[in-house]
Amino acid sequence: MEILKKYPKLFQWLFLLVVFFALCFAIDVPETYKFIRGQAEFIKDPNQSAFVFLGKEVRYYAFDVFWRLPPLLGWLPIWINDSLFFLMNDWMPMEFWNEDTQEYKTRPLVLQITRNLTAFMTFLIELIREILLGGLETIVAFTSWDWIDANPWAELPGLPWTIVAAGSAILAYKLGGKGLAIYALLSMTYISIFGQWKPSMQTLSFILVAAPLSFIFGLGLGVAAFKSKRVEKALYPILLVMQTMPQYAVLVPALVLFGVGDHAAVIITMIVAVPPMILLTLLGLRAVPQEVMEAGRMSGCNNWQLMSKVLIPTARRDILIGVNQVIMVCFSMAVISAFIGAKGLGFNLLLALNQLNIGLALEAGLCISLIAILLDKMSLAWANKQVDYFGNLNFFQRNKNSLFFGVVVIVGILLAYFGSIYFKDGYNYLFEVPHNKGISTAGFWNKGVDWIFDTFFVYIKAFNTWLIVDVLQPMRALYLRMPAIATLVLVVGAGYLIGGIRSALVVCGLTLFIALSPWWDRALVTTYMATFGVLVSCAIGFTVGTLCFQNKHSRNFMLNVCDIFQTFPSFVYLIPVMMLFGITDTSVLIAVIVYATIPATRYTIEGLRSVPAGLHDAATMSGVTKFQRLFKIEFPLAFPHMMLGLNQTIVFALFMVIIGAFIGTEDLGQYILKALSDKNGAGIGLTLGICVAFIGLIFDNLIRTWVDKRKKHLGID
Amino acid sequence: MSEPVIKCQSVYKIFGANAERMLKEANGNVDAKTFQENGCIVGVNNASFEVSKGEMLVVMGLSGSGKSTLLRCISRLTEATGGKIFIEGQDLLNLNNKELIDLRRNKMGMVFQSFALLPHKTVLENIAFPLQIKGIKTEDSINKAMDMVKLVGLDGRENYFPRELSGGQQQRVGIARSLAVEPDIWFLDEPFSALDPLIRKEMQDEFLRLQEKLQKTIMFITHDFDEALKLADRIAIMKDGIIEQLDTPANIVLKPATEYVRKFTEEVPREKVLLIQDVMDEKTSSDIGGLKVSKDEIIENVAEKILTQEKTVAVTDSKNNVVGSINPAKIINTVFGGRKNNN
Repeated sequence: MEILKKYPKLFQWLFLLVVFFALCFAIDVPETYKFIRGQAEFIKDPNQSAFVFLGKEVRYYAFDVFWRLPPLLGWLPIWINDSLFFLMNDWMPMEFWNEDTQEYKTRPLVLQITRNLTAFMTFLIELIREILLGGLETIVAFTSWDWIDANPWAELPGLPWTIVAAGSAILAYKLGGKGLAIYALLSMTYISIFGQWKPSMQTLSFILVAAPLSFIFGLGLGVAAFKSKRVEKALYPILLVMQTMPQYAVLVPALVLFGVGDHAAVIITMIVAVPPMILLTLLGLRAVPQEVMEAGRMSGCNNWQLMSKVLIPTARRDILIGVNQVIMVCFSMAVISAFIGAKGLGFNLLLALNQLNIGLALEAGLCISLIAILLDKMSLAWANKQVDYFGNLNFFQRNKNSLFFGVVVIVGILLAYFGSIYFKDGYNYLFEVPHNKGISTAGFWNKGVDWIFDTFFVYIKAFNTWLIVDVLQPMRALYLRMPAIATLVLVVGAGYLIGGIRSALVVCGLTLFIALSPWWDRALVTTYMATFGVLVSCAIGFTVGTLCFQNKHSRNFMLNVCDIFQTFPSFVYLIPVMMLFGITDTSVLIAVIVYATIPATRYTIEGLRSVPAGLHDAATMSGVTKFQRLFKIEFPLAFPHMMLGLNQTIVFALFMVIIGAFIGTEDLGQYILKALSDKNGAGIGLTLGICVAFIGLIFDNLIRTWVDKRKKHLGID
Repeated sequence: MSEPVIKCQSVYKIFGANAERMLKEANGNVDAKTFQENGCIVGVNNASFEVSKGEMLVVMGLSGSGKSTLLRCISRLTEATGGKIFIEGQDLLNLNNKELIDLRRNKMGMVFQSFALLPHKTVLENIAFPLQIKGIKTEDSINKAMDMVKLVGLDGRENYFPRELSGGQQQRVGIARSLAVEPDIWFLDEPFSALDPLIRKEMQDEFLRLQEKLQKTIMFITHDFDEALKLADRIAIMKDGIIEQLDTPANIVLKPATEYVRKFTEEVPREKVLLIQDVMDEKTSSDIGGLKVSKDEIIENVAEKILTQEKTVAVTDSKNNVVGSINPAKIINTVFGGRKNNN
């Protein structure tokens, strides 16, 4: 009784676990249960039961309800799908003037809107693409083909690669100084020489459209949310779900709405990239000191002046960090949207992975990473750059970068011209190095992969078999053995113990949605893979983080490594693991582990760093040893922050598990991938995405509530 | 007397969801405790006072006493829950947005505790900011701002950014900015509280110099009683949203209205606050010596002279007429005497 009173929480948890296990043993696996049912395929099977809701027939295997809940939400994907099709094809037909045929045409409103939107996006992408690579579409859009035929001088080529490379170096110099400029020049030159210029510029043009648009929308919505509580409340749940929704899942509905191609990809990218921008804008505006705002008001600002001249400039740094986030999301989408036909490096990467040509994939992946790091560093440098005073400089000093760029343009054109004389018969290498005509290292890498396979095959195979047979399969069986009702009790109980009735209700709602959808088993498989990844990642991340924290240099080094790794689009991680482990679950899990270790490590270091220096000194003066300090002072205080790292780790792991479907898993991700090629996949894809998002949100809610409580308890903010 | 520049009539500020309804129901009898039980916090409780032209009213109180809230009601940075506020006869609370902006652009200036400078603008641009917001041409506003830079003694640093300045210098910029539009009314919200003691004293002297030159109508917020005594024409002492006493520094020290005010004044060195006229005898006694002191002198400045006298000292007004007398013993009594039963 004494102990019970001393640790009431501990006994509550123990009680919860006892109930959970009791339920697990009490509820038997039903005879009819086959692992992973085919409900989602809607195949008719005499063993199935059916119900009709909202006019949609849902078929499912009737199990003991305590074992697996019936798919009461099975109508949802079908309903979403039908609604989308109805919106696109039948809703609000209207007369629209058709420029080409010179007559009115009846079209549904939504279809017309999306078509206009895509046309606009296509125009923007073509505009930038043609500046970089040459082409006629944009000029034709303003004139006509006849005009081009009459004025052949207007058939301008794109910029020679020398100008683009030097231009980016100048911009990098202006933003971040010499080091960044050299990096920009080297990576651009590398891209050109290795024959990746064209796809790289295609990807770049895609990002140069998607990122600014996302920025504008994110800023606008962020400002709106800042000004009106109601807008914020309306946006908040959407933002939450979007933050944990795998990017794959958004692709499918967009396919229906906007079709296939770069324009659709840009719109999707915006949908994914706008939420973090909104959050950071909101955060930045909130952080503006009250008094600065009042000073603006007392200076007689009206609302517009207050926003544009006081609040946004003061929140500049946070907003530009948002831009950085937007760029990173754009890169990761640039690869993923290759699934819906976006051109560029992502497409090449996907193709190469499909053909198992690791060498080619590696080259494309390297180029993506180079550009991603470049843009990341440039936008960060922009965010951290202090405004300088220019009033006392003369014209030349003020415009030296522009002037220098002018010189570069002239030199570049001259070079390209001489190149056209020198390389008379072949390709003009000073203008553009054609794809696959540059130096290629693909052969070398492929040989390397073969060598690794030949040499280490036995060991890799042994490791692989051990992992799958002795670790993964039992773990997976264990997860699938959990009755739905027992899982529900466990999750809701945890919610109640951590955050009281409110948390319990939220968590219960999220879990029920997944349990009542037709994909509970798949969700369990996703969770099992994510759990395994998270456990290993946290073990590695917390250890590495703690070790690196002990020394200032290693700490900074590790943070930099995390920065760079985080810049890589998630897809890139699949290349080296496929190189080593081929197409197995092990590959996916290792990619998950590598990817998810980044936030675990970073948050550990940052958490330990956030322990106040005063406490450090106080501890030292009390005569603690290094270990005592670590375990008695630093860990307890850093723990809440580290738990936020765990939260991030879970989200990262879930993302990677879903992307791993590309290699071949049998979880929710696989179904999303299938939905991509399914005519009726939009509803399924979206519902699956929501399921994955909800798995993330369950953990998010539990961890966040706990962290908030703990922080209040410790009195740290 | 001409019309007061600022006039408050039972101003209330109550924070909370249904503050207005509660205020109406309370019927002018606001009790902080009952309000708090209903989820409302009383910021300002029945504040009524006037500030006349060229006067400096210092509002003194500890943190949470509602002094900053009161100032923000009068500058309408927050909306008062009840009562009336008149600025030069205009009903402040009935102004629409445009009129309010006009008022702020032309009549009001405000200085903030944490300076509240715009980090992306230089000193000069910060000072010119209110002028540019008003729509004044860039060149004119820069010229005007340059005058202000000189006024607060920052010439040579006009192209610095706030991050490159010390706290005292930053607050000089804040002061210059608030004066750029040549306002009639000057609000200062704990302007020197964030500064080191030495710098604070320097800035107070600087502030007095400026005020002598500009003669603005001022509301000055502080939590530092010494600062209040040094600067104020009149002091309002606030506690829990209520103005406990509003009077001249001398009267506050000599005749504290409540126990709370008395506690504040207990430790104050009287000789630094009181003038000769506050302690002199109205009657001229027969036993007057040769020394004459002005009735407007602070005791501290003349105490040494008076104490060397054996006889009573004559007190004169500005026209050198004898209006009273003061005994050296009285000085000793004032400075060292039992403070609790003083007068």
